[in-house]
Amino acid sequence: MKITTEAGERHVLAVTVDNEAGILAKITGLFSARGYNIESLTVADISADHALSRITIVTSGPPAVIDQIIAQLDRLVPVHSVTDLADGGAHVEREIALVKVAGSGDKRIEALRMADVFRAKVVDTTLSSFIFEITGTSDKVDRFIALMRECGLVEVGRTGVVAIARGAEAV
Amino acid sequence: MTEMSGADMVVQALVDLGVDTVFGYPGGAVLPIYDALFKHPTIKHILVRHEQAATHAAEGYARSTGKPGVVLVTSGPGATNAVTGITDALLDSIPMVVLTGQVPTTLIGTDAFQECDTVGITRHCTKHNYLVMDPDRLGPILHEAFYIATHGRPGPVVIDIPKNVQVATGTYSIPNRIDHKSYRPQVDPDAEAIAAAIAMIAAAERPIFYTGGGVINAGPDASAALRQLVALTGAPVTSTLMGLGAFPADDDQWLGMLGMHGTYEANMAMNRADLIIAVGARFDDRVTGRLDAFSPDSKKIHIDIDRSSINKIVPVDLAVVGDAGRALDALIAAWADKGHKARDLGEWWRRIDGWRATRCLDFPEKKEDGAEIMPQRAVKALFDATRGMDPIITTEVGQHQMWAAQHFHFDSPNRWLTSGGLGTMGYGFPAAVGAQIAHPDRLVICIAGEASLQMNIQEMGTVSQYRLPVKIFILNNQWMGMVRQWQELTYESRYSNSYSDSLPDFVKLADAYGWTGLRIDTLGELADGIQTMLGTPGPVIVDCRVAQLANCFPMIPSGAAHTDMILQPNDIVGTMDDEAKALV
Ligand SMILES: Cc1ncc(C[n+]2csc(CCOP(=O)(O)OP(=O)(O)O)c2C)c(N)n1
Ligand SMILES: [Mg+2]
Repeated sequence: MKITTEAGERHVLAVTVDNEAGILAKITGLFSARGYNIESLTVADISADHALSRITIVTSGPPAVIDQIIAQLDRLVPVHSVTDLADGGAHVEREIALVKVAGSGDKRIEALRMADVFRAKVVDTTLSSFIFEITGTSDKVDRFIALMRECGLVEVGRTGVVAIARGAEAV
Repeated sequence: MTEMSGADMVVQALVDLGVDTVFGYPGGAVLPIYDALFKHPTIKHILVRHEQAATHAAEGYARSTGKPGVVLVTSGPGATNAVTGITDALLDSIPMVVLTGQVPTTLIGTDAFQECDTVGITRHCTKHNYLVMDPDRLGPILHEAFYIATHGRPGPVVIDIPKNVQVATGTYSIPNRIDHKSYRPQVDPDAEAIAAAIAMIAAAERPIFYTGGGVINAGPDASAALRQLVALTGAPVTSTLMGLGAFPADDDQWLGMLGMHGTYEANMAMNRADLIIAVGARFDDRVTGRLDAFSPDSKKIHIDIDRSSINKIVPVDLAVVGDAGRALDALIAAWADKGHKARDLGEWWRRIDGWRATRCLDFPEKKEDGAEIMPQRAVKALFDATRGMDPIITTEVGQHQMWAAQHFHFDSPNRWLTSGGLGTMGYGFPAAVGAQIAHPDRLVICIAGEASLQMNIQEMGTVSQYRLPVKIFILNNQWMGMVRQWQELTYESRYSNSYSDSLPDFVKLADAYGWTGLRIDTLGELADGIQTMLGTPGPVIVDCRVAQLANCFPMIPSGAAHTDMILQPNDIVGTMDDEAKALV
């Protein structure tokens, strides 16, 4: 017998929650318990009184599964709202990566030149290394990291995706 | 606003919330609360013999009264022992509040004596949980916890209270009105959805109501509304295991339970219907059978208070989010408003009568006095003997549970207490204890399997201590019958570890606990034995020996469609392919 799984499309969910202990465990636990994917997850407190956090989750699944994920998140007691950013039309997505490259000679020059093309900033340097800061869509960050692999990549740190809908309204 | 200790706040809040009974077991981390209880005689504390039993007793209390069940246990092992009952309450949507002691805040995270991460462990088996770090928060949290346990889709809530928070003083405050900042379940259905639903119901030629535990949870008025709507429309009704009692079983429009061990007529009608009206039921896999063959030609309306239940398993045509009772009321009003009259469903009923004619619940049996008792016969005899006594019936889990569901009939809600979602062996007896505490003068019977009963048999002591007249009626087939049945059907009768070996002498056990024990061996002794049980004051255990190898039919084998029911023993195959074996 073979076990098969259905492919799905990528969705970005913005979830507003009470900023309380255990909420992140509750949300990630829901995903693991019900077998949903998490491709990326970011969380930070976003209100002046520190009462609310926004969690941005990138997930994927067939439409029915995405609907279930939203309904399951929505019924958690500390969850205020769940928005599928793909639903409301256009949205902006960004991710930051810190990329450390070590090397000398041509590789070092090449790394710097490509960083320039990608508008990555140099945030630290030694005689034998750079740390680049790059901001963009996950796709752009992926491409930059792939190029840096050829130029002495030694370490990467990524934030995961944050996203927000275009236009004047809040979620 | 008054200054008091955390422990006193707990008890004060329980009093303010109208709690009359707490099921619990003491230990180091809850001693301050036990001391506060000592001074508060208005709250009755029922001392169980194992914390799991406290949770099931609280469920029995809750299901039979509609009020939340309350549990009090200590930290560490007290809390972990409660986890099964908490999970059971989550899956069957039972309102419950569990108070757990915790090590002092200063020791949390140090692997202190009897420390466990209670909020971590119960995070995914509660509707919500709290760790209270500040006594000033206790009052609001307790009140909020009861609100969450009982509003929207009910469920268990855990409040973990460190010992120093119980000892420290703070101000106790009662929130005026719980206006929860994020938890606001929709109880009133959308008017548009109701209008659309009524139009669909009025137009249907082959409608069926498929009702579940949500109708019971919505209170007795919801059951009354269901009857009214069913009468108005003339449609047939079936129900899940959890929903039994919401619709009277002696009504002509009742088709019996549906699903794996449901009736042939209920399952066939679901399969052939052109409209399913699901009310407070969640299309569980035990109900739907093979999904791609589930009711292929019907439109589906799903009324549920939990939006995540809608389209979870079966895509529906119309969702009505709201309380089952309010939705049913709204449907009745809309029906009258539009001036609908019941359609002539004669053709539909003729087909249903054809399925009824298979008499799928009949079973072969010998009739002479010395014959062995068929388990179905024992349930029927118990039902006949208790007619008019309005008994509360609890069950354990297994074949006996299904036979009870098939052959014991109810005409009102809150009389049938069984573990449906989690299927917890060991539920039935403590649930009977909880129901009996809530209804001291009612007849409460636990229909048990000899294997399940042993999972919480220690509660015989609790029953003796509180002089509860609980009756346990064991369908003793000396097997974990349901496991044996699956092994017979799926594993060519390789009976691996399903024999109930080394059973206690239940009559002697009864004696040891100060109960009355009796044994029924043959068909000729059945009626008298039951009468003796009913006529004996105080707790009674009946060891009713039944046919060992009887199987529970009808049955939809796992992975099969509603139309592929096994009706009789000789329809059986001894093996199954891997796809079917992989299904639970
Ligand atoms: C706690 C728990 N463990 C295991 C099971 C699996 N199980 C389901 S029914 C059953 C056998 C029950 O035997 P018994 O109580 O004698 O009832 P019978 O089926 O014989 O009527 C078992 C082991 C379960 N439901 N619950
Ligand atoms: Mg048995």
